[in-house]
Amino acid sequence: MSFMKKPKVRHPGLPRNDLGLTVRDYEGGMSTLCAGCGHDAITGAIVQAAHELSIPPHGFAKLSGIGCSSKTPAYFLGASHGFNSCHGRMPSVATGANAANRDLHYIGVSGDGDSLSIGFGQFAHAMRRNVNMLYLVENNGVYGLTKGQFSASADIGSTAKKGEENLQPPIDPCQAALTLGASFVARSFSGDKDQLVPLLKAGFQHNGFGMIDIISPCVTFNDHEGSTKSYSYSRQHFHKAISADFVPPSETIKAQYSEGESMPIELHDGSKIVLRKVDGAYDPTDKAAAAIYLRERQSAGEITTGLLYINEAQPEMHDLAGSSDIPLNQIPYERLNPGSDMLKKIQSRMR
Amino acid sequence: MSTNKPSNNNFTIKIANVNGTGSASANGLLMKSLFRLGIPVVGKNYFPSNIQGLPTWYEIRASEKGYLARSGRVDVMIAMNAETYQKDLHSVTPGGILIYDSTWPRNKQLQRDDITVIGVPLSKMCNENFPSARARILMKNVVYVGVVAALLDIDLDVIRSLLNETFAKKVSLLDGNQLAIDLGYNYAKEHFSCPLPYTAKVIDRPGKGTDIMIDGNTAAGLGAVYAGATVCAWYPITPSTSLIEGYKKYCEVTRKDPDTGKNNYCIVQAEDELAAMGMVLGAGWNGARAFTSTSGPGVSLMSEFLGYGYFAEIPAVLFNVQRCGPSTGMPTRTQQSDILSSAYASHGDTRHVCLFPADPEESFYMSANAFDLAEHLQTPILVLSDLDIGMNDWLSPELTWDENYQPDRGQVLTKEQLEEMAVFHRYVDRSGDGIAPRTLPGTHPRGAYFTRGSGHNMYGAYTEDANEYQEVVDRLMVKWNTAKGLVPQPITIGSGNAIGFISIGSCDHAVREARDELAESGISADYMRVRAFPFSQDVQDFLDAHEKIYVVEQNRDSQLKSLMRLELKLDDSKTQSILHYNGLPMTPGFVIDAVNADLSRGEAA
Repeated sequence: MSFMKKPKVRHPGLPRNDLGLTVRDYEGGMSTLCAGCGHDAITGAIVQAAHELSIPPHGFAKLSGIGCSSKTPAYFLGASHGFNSCHGRMPSVATGANAANRDLHYIGVSGDGDSLSIGFGQFAHAMRRNVNMLYLVENNGVYGLTKGQFSASADIGSTAKKGEENLQPPIDPCQAALTLGASFVARSFSGDKDQLVPLLKAGFQHNGFGMIDIISPCVTFNDHEGSTKSYSYSRQHFHKAISADFVPPSETIKAQYSEGESMPIELHDGSKIVLRKVDGAYDPTDKAAAAIYLRERQSAGEITTGLLYINEAQPEMHDLAGSSDIPLNQIPYERLNPGSDMLKKIQSRMR
Repeated sequence: MSTNKPSNNNFTIKIANVNGTGSASANGLLMKSLFRLGIPVVGKNYFPSNIQGLPTWYEIRASEKGYLARSGRVDVMIAMNAETYQKDLHSVTPGGILIYDSTWPRNKQLQRDDITVIGVPLSKMCNENFPSARARILMKNVVYVGVVAALLDIDLDVIRSLLNETFAKKVSLLDGNQLAIDLGYNYAKEHFSCPLPYTAKVIDRPGKGTDIMIDGNTAAGLGAVYAGATVCAWYPITPSTSLIEGYKKYCEVTRKDPDTGKNNYCIVQAEDELAAMGMVLGAGWNGARAFTSTSGPGVSLMSEFLGYGYFAEIPAVLFNVQRCGPSTGMPTRTQQSDILSSAYASHGDTRHVCLFPADPEESFYMSANAFDLAEHLQTPILVLSDLDIGMNDWLSPELTWDENYQPDRGQVLTKEQLEEMAVFHRYVDRSGDGIAPRTLPGTHPRGAYFTRGSGHNMYGAYTEDANEYQEVVDRLMVKWNTAKGLVPQPITIGSGNAIGFISIGSCDHAVREARDELAESGISADYMRVRAFPFSQDVQDFLDAHEKIYVVEQNRDSQLKSLMRLELKLDDSKTQSILHYNGLPMTPGFVIDAVNADLSRGEAA
């Protein structure tokens, strides 16, 4: 994970966001991943989404576990604090960080090994708590850094680079997320920026745990024939259930979709996400229906993408805990100290 | 007091019971009535890792001189558990008294001529006087309190006022409890010669009226409240759970914002200890005072993150309320067997600052101090108490809080400071003490850095460069040496003697008492109680200054001695371990016997 400085070339014509910042201000160090890695495309999408949202770069905190995916926070948002934690343990660190300061935008980057094997417990419980964060599973079905072992998301019958066949059923992060309490569940493809960027923006603005499973082919170990996480397989089998457009609070929704097809959902900050249903029957606010739909399409050999489920009303961790609106790390000691008189009072009951 | 006869205000009462029968409140009543008389008292609970139906014991020691170690004797045994009757009978000190429920015949084959056995028809009395099945079970316990009150001549007004306070909001229960006390008291008065030759007498002494009864976990939880801790993440484990309960209880009283009604704290019950430690690091990294509480098995699980916290330099506080190991061990028995595993928790060259409180009072102050040290040193601080300190009821001086206290938040760069800096690098130590200023997320884009457990250089960047890596781990040793001067220093009693005791944590009361008794028999010794790791120069000096060193600790493998051997110059030929590790708190008699045995061996040679 060498940290190479990216040359800051500022093209005068680069578009500036509401803060006057260009996309360069949201970039990080130079990627050291393999050329063509799906993860780098996701990094690019994160940079674009963060820039377009006009959130100051230091308003984000980026956290990750261990693995190729977890290296990527070094490659975006160079002006944000980052936390490259232990393998599979990013959700707990993000939970604690969020407990201390509820005002930052938390982005957790993980992979299929990090989230679905070693870290499955923490992944599950962060969703169950509905921690207010955006959690990305950069999913390539393979352990890249240790050179090509199957991960828990590898499909039955898919083959490793050396021909070994996977016989165990895959864990689908989206189906897990639906079951375990995530309030925002989406799937996309690293190669589909048009779909991914609006999903990332909506995920950042969502109040609660947002999980995006991003199929992200591993060009070195899992982009061959026989792999179901390759570029060619993914492009052929993707099925968009729903397309999303993100609309910031200041902009009105363009009535370009006929009623019945479009579905605007307001996020907690007043921004909206406009969903175009590709499949007319799909309702992303109906959790049970979403689960059934996912399973049906999976049986048909399709990978359903788009915003699969959203519940903006589900209380997040701090709402459930009744925490102060002021971030806990900013409350002055004077307000935390009960004082010596209170200590006397407390002890009067200990005699 | 370990070998003498009981005397006024110096005796030990042990109650053998079945857990889940409601004896805790009765035992608390008995202990507190002695406390109210002004007698220094300690209550030790030997309970099973079980909800209902297994044997449990509660031991109340009254000691006018204020010795709070387990006495190792039983002057009055209240044998309420038929299953353990034989064992309980045997454990009574010669000359002592055994009280049993004479409603049913006792095993006549079990006899002892050297003790007095008193039968009280506890069940019969309760069946005749209380209508409900539940009350009949619960009130048996209160009746034996009445019996003991008669035997020890405990002022009934003291018991009444305690009952009035306890049941102020449940008046319906007051009459029943009062009746049960009277039943026991009157039965004893009618059938036995009361009082005994030794009684509980009102005494006056400094601290009477201001002293409190408190357990170490409550004290440590309260310390975290006063330290300003706002984030707590934990996973239930005996014997540390009540520390979190204490924190929560006092947060609910003192940390609800009067204006908004919202909580100025956040407690997360994690999915396991790994997650609890991760949450604490996340919160500490983000600038909140954060802590967790656990015991041995939890520390094992937290080890990976402890190493992370050490290497990435993140403040965190971990309370390790030690219990019996190895493995699951005996969760409801005490030990000091995590000294080494805490000091070096995690793989690689990792070492942690540890604090060792001796009792609830010190648990409170060291709890608060741990947060200052964690933020000043930017590293996890482990506070090692144990089940004896954490879960037992100790007499303690009143806790005080300095109104002028300001937390030491360590070197944290502000937005303004970052504005003035051309560039910020996370691990550059400009002061020479091994501590580099840190920044908090969200402060300023210039303060951003990438926190990592992987190899990094002083600039915070990833490295696999030999020199860059070594520079960082060498600086961590500079910081370690800085810590030596900041941690609580050892406490030494006595000077100039050839013999020296070194001890730690909850051994303190037993060692002090043993030392006093040994002095009476002509063996004088100095005593140093180590209160922190890393050790300061004082510990080395003490080792050097004595011809004979006894290292007293509660584990099999002489872990404190091993740690001193690793970190200091220790002469094995003059250093003798005194090790107590059966799960019960150590007694002064154990220490005295060990010293005498060692000295007589020396004479024989």
